[in-house]
Amino acid sequence: MASYGMNQMKNGLKLLLDGDPCTVVDTDYIKPGKGQAFTRVKLRNLITDRVLEKTLKAGDSLEGADVLETSMQYLYHDGANWHFMDPNSYEQYEAGEAAMGGAEQWIKEEDKVDVTLWNNRPISVTPPNFVHLSVTKTDPGLRGDTSSGGSKPATLETGAVVRVPLFISEGEVLKVDTRTGEYVSRSKE
Amino acid sequence: MTREFDRDWRPSASLDTLRRRAGLLHGIREFFRERGVLEVETPLLSTATVTDLHLHSLKTRLDLPGDDLRDLYLQTSPEFAMKRLLATSSGPIFQICKAFRDGEAGRRHNPEFTMLEWYRPGFDHHDLMDEMDAFLGRILSAQPAERLTYREVFERWAGLDPHEATLDQLASCARRCGIDAGSADGWDRDAWLHLILSQVVEPNLGSEPAADRTCSPRPTYLLDFPARQAALARIRPATAGLPPVAERFEVYVHGVELANGFHELTDPVEQRRRFELDLEERHRRGLPAVPLDEKLLAAMEHGLPACAGVAVGVDRLLMVQEGSDDLRPMISFDLSKA
Repeated sequence: MASYGMNQMKNGLKLLLDGDPCTVVDTDYIKPGKGQAFTRVKLRNLITDRVLEKTLKAGDSLEGADVLETSMQYLYHDGANWHFMDPNSYEQYEAGEAAMGGAEQWIKEEDKVDVTLWNNRPISVTPPNFVHLSVTKTDPGLRGDTSSGGSKPATLETGAVVRVPLFISEGEVLKVDTRTGEYVSRSKE
Repeated sequence: MTREFDRDWRPSASLDTLRRRAGLLHGIREFFRERGVLEVETPLLSTATVTDLHLHSLKTRLDLPGDDLRDLYLQTSPEFAMKRLLATSSGPIFQICKAFRDGEAGRRHNPEFTMLEWYRPGFDHHDLMDEMDAFLGRILSAQPAERLTYREVFERWAGLDPHEATLDQLASCARRCGIDAGSADGWDRDAWLHLILSQVVEPNLGSEPAADRTCSPRPTYLLDFPARQAALARIRPATAGLPPVAERFEVYVHGVELANGFHELTDPVEQRRRFELDLEERHRRGLPAVPLDEKLLAAMEHGLPACAGVAVGVDRLLMVQEGSDDLRPMISFDLSKA
């Protein structure tokens, strides 16, 4: 993999730091009028999500990381791992619980997801921002209480539990924001 | 194919800012006219350029009929040509011009920027700092500056003596301040000092608490730099308790470096020695070789009067005046729009 010097740092660049793949999230160029220039780089570790800072001067370099984001189709869960397919190459990939990071609670078979590959292995899986899922279990709302703004838990077909308004009943399809895990509306389809 | 990006024709500065920019330039010229300092213009393209390890000149090629192709350098500052004018007994001179520095782009840098430079025969750097007080008083309504030595600011904000500290102490100071510089390979003493100065010390220079920003700023002049960082300044021999230091000063307002001033080196032998040391170090570091400015050296042999000079970043001056911390909205069309 190529190395990158202080003048090649830019947002989105994928680098290897202490053995972990990272993405550059911010850069700042520092240069005294008379003196050495530096680039201060903020990086997010793609495994732990932690943000760290690194200061580079001329001649310093960081190793690039072979990181690729691709859209894939979710195939199935075998009890331990989740399986995905690249619709272009038909190549299949297997992601463990750490890489899923909770994404499994939002996806159904055949859904499209974004998979981040590092050295050709999935390290993170991102579901679509909004998903449409049906309610498999929720208590009936109390009669006459539909306008109170109250909420109740509902279990969705993927197993996720979200807070929904009292008027939602079993079998309905809901639109949910996967970034916050919150109910948005009844699905219009 | 034309992309939408290529057609982004609007300026990076607002018209209001550009009006105040024009007012600033006018104010600068007024200041020097009143003091009898002559405005001059010197070439931006020159056959020679600066040897400084940390300044990178943009090179271009001149193609004249009946002549060989010639490399010319866009000047990183008008210093060399202005010194040649001083050697003709021009008296005090100033210039407002574009300067070019390769590789410098960011929140506080644009590779093409506007520089004000002025020279005062008969002044030393302290006389020039007095004049800088008057200048900033006029332009930024600033109070007279606080003058602190390189040693004082390191002791106050980094807790070490920059002239005495070992490489290990410098590295651990950086770590303590939360700077991860990776492996220390290739970090020499000046690299650490530049890092700690820019990251740890500078934000405190010329800086009042944010609540006081409404009243007039109080700049800091940083002086007595380590001799290795003398550039084109005179070096004062060691005195009791203090190693040799460069008679240089930097001007800070709100943590922003605005200017660099020198009690100018006038000795042509010492000047040639410094140029040649730079070239050797450039070679060692794999940096491009540059032609020495023999015309400057010849002018110094003829006689450069004892003088002090200072270079001020005009875009930064406006940035401070506007209360911004980004240079780009100070420039009509920054690099991304040029």
